[in-house]
Amino acid sequence: MSTVKKFLGLVWMILGPLAMGFLLMQALDKVGLAHSDMERTNTILQWGIILFIFFPISIGLMVFGYYAWKGEYDQLADHSSD
Amino acid sequence: MFGFRCESTKLVPKWFTIQIKIIHHLFITQMFILGNQIFLFMSETLPKNNIFKVIGASSLGTLIEWYDFYIFGSLAVIIGHQLFPEDAGASALINTLAIFAAGFIVRPFGALVFGRLGDLIGRKYTFLLTLVLMGGSTFLIGLIPSYQSIGYAAPILVLILRLIQGLALGGEYGGAATYVAEHAPKNKRGFFTSWIQTTATLGLFLSLGVIVITKNVLGADAFADWGWRIPFLLSILLVVVSIYIRMKMHESPMFSKLKAEGNVSKNPLKESFNNKANFKMVLLALFGATMGQGVIWYTGQFYAQSFLENTCKLDFNDSRYILLWGIAFATPFFVIFGAWSDRIGRKWIMLSGMLLGIIFYRPIYQVFLDDTDTTKMDLTEAKYSAPVLKREQIAGIQDSLYTSITHVVLKSGASFNKVQVDTISVKSGIHPAQEFIQDKVLPTPIFWKFVGLIFFQILLVTMVYGPIAAFLVELFPTKIRYTSMSLPYHIGNGVFGGLVPFVATLIASFSGSTPLSGLWYPIGIASLSLIIGTVYLSNKKDETIND
Repeated sequence: MSTVKKFLGLVWMILGPLAMGFLLMQALDKVGLAHSDMERTNTILQWGIILFIFFPISIGLMVFGYYAWKGEYDQLADHSSD
Repeated sequence: MFGFRCESTKLVPKWFTIQIKIIHHLFITQMFILGNQIFLFMSETLPKNNIFKVIGASSLGTLIEWYDFYIFGSLAVIIGHQLFPEDAGASALINTLAIFAAGFIVRPFGALVFGRLGDLIGRKYTFLLTLVLMGGSTFLIGLIPSYQSIGYAAPILVLILRLIQGLALGGEYGGAATYVAEHAPKNKRGFFTSWIQTTATLGLFLSLGVIVITKNVLGADAFADWGWRIPFLLSILLVVVSIYIRMKMHESPMFSKLKAEGNVSKNPLKESFNNKANFKMVLLALFGATMGQGVIWYTGQFYAQSFLENTCKLDFNDSRYILLWGIAFATPFFVIFGAWSDRIGRKWIMLSGMLLGIIFYRPIYQVFLDDTDTTKMDLTEAKYSAPVLKREQIAGIQDSLYTSITHVVLKSGASFNKVQVDTISVKSGIHPAQEFIQDKVLPTPIFWKFVGLIFFQILLVTMVYGPIAAFLVELFPTKIRYTSMSLPYHIGNGVFGGLVPFVATLIASFSGSTPLSGLWYPIGIASLSLIIGTVYLSNKKDETIND
């Protein structure tokens, strides 16, 4: 199980930047498709919110993957103070 | 949400009136139970620190906070009309929803601010403060003058109050869950904290109940004009009662002990997030549990209603009654799954809820679409009312809109309004527009089928949400528990969960997408959380959280 945890850690580390890239491309695409000024403003606002929120979370996923790769989750504490 | 309805063409079925009466009774019964709890609390016959007293006092305040938080979303359309210029149209709704979403986005910040406070000065005073902030801002939203009176100051003031609501909620939940868990015996922590878990659903129930009853009592026009303020103003009464009760509560015994020993954390934020051993558990709680739990919760309770109303075009009352019945039947399962998690562990109950959501969401929503598709309904022997005609001038130009509404009643008992809006141009004559269907009322068997499907979705909510408070409490030590558990909870629920209706609707609006495409967001997030939870989470319970 430790090996699975470790190698899945790599997946999470890769998934973080992939998610960021995907969101950024979607944002550029959707803003580009907007026609009127009002529609463009709304689209920028919507995607701005999404990027602002999900970028830090994607970085968190990379950190989580890094910890998993380093074996931090191989032996979890049985007690909250451990 | 209230949209345009042609009341004059609408024949209200008898069973609909009966339902309104039942909802009235359910609501009055709930109020009676709350009243009883308050009476019991004040009664001297209960021993001090009785666990039920702790649960009652904590739950009541948390329930009121959820109520306050949800009425804004339920009244988004009406508030949009009040806050923005009359000709703003759809952008008024988008801006109102942006204000609504702002409340969700700041929840993690509230978790940090009040979580820190709770670990420094104690649980009792912190969640007393959050209750005052939440109740005060809700009451003030009910007093905000309209755009016609104070211009853009109206939406700005509401945005500020909404941000305060979000911050307060971010601080409230972690405090209440921690407070109850720290009073509970180790073998019943899941059971006792599950009562706190019911409050989010009951808060939604209460908000829907108050709105439906107020609207039915006042009528649609008076409600849209001034009656929408009543649910907001009512909050102050509930908050005053809850503050009185919470003032009489004692501090958590574990925190008091920590304080007496001088072991209170000096910098909870630093200890929570700068300490690798703790921070890695924060990340695990977020990605392996609360992220998936959040999307399951908000899909079952919010996206479902939004889908029924906006995609399936169900009638305002029908969509809410379906949800109210589903909630009423499913709520006891929060306690059942919470208690069960004390026996078999928290992990597999929560992950099973996610798995079932991943498997069944698309089939369930496909049934919603199929059963409300008017092109598949049998229109033979349908009765058509005489069309109701309405002409409206388009602001700023001489053209006008010509609306024709025909009410159609089918043999099965289903009914709907067929609407046609034509533009009459002074220069070029009549431009016929597309026809559309709205205000669908379901025949009784389909109505109950939908109640069953919503019940199933909320059952999944109870599986993921019932045990989670105990699960989070057990992950972190007492001195930084409030801060540490609040952050993953509010990112999972406020951000991943709270954005389900917004993101799912956005995905469904992409070119080439279908009405079910939006479900890929909760399904994808729940799948990721399921994999991480399965591989990394431990099913062991922390027997002693007194550390």
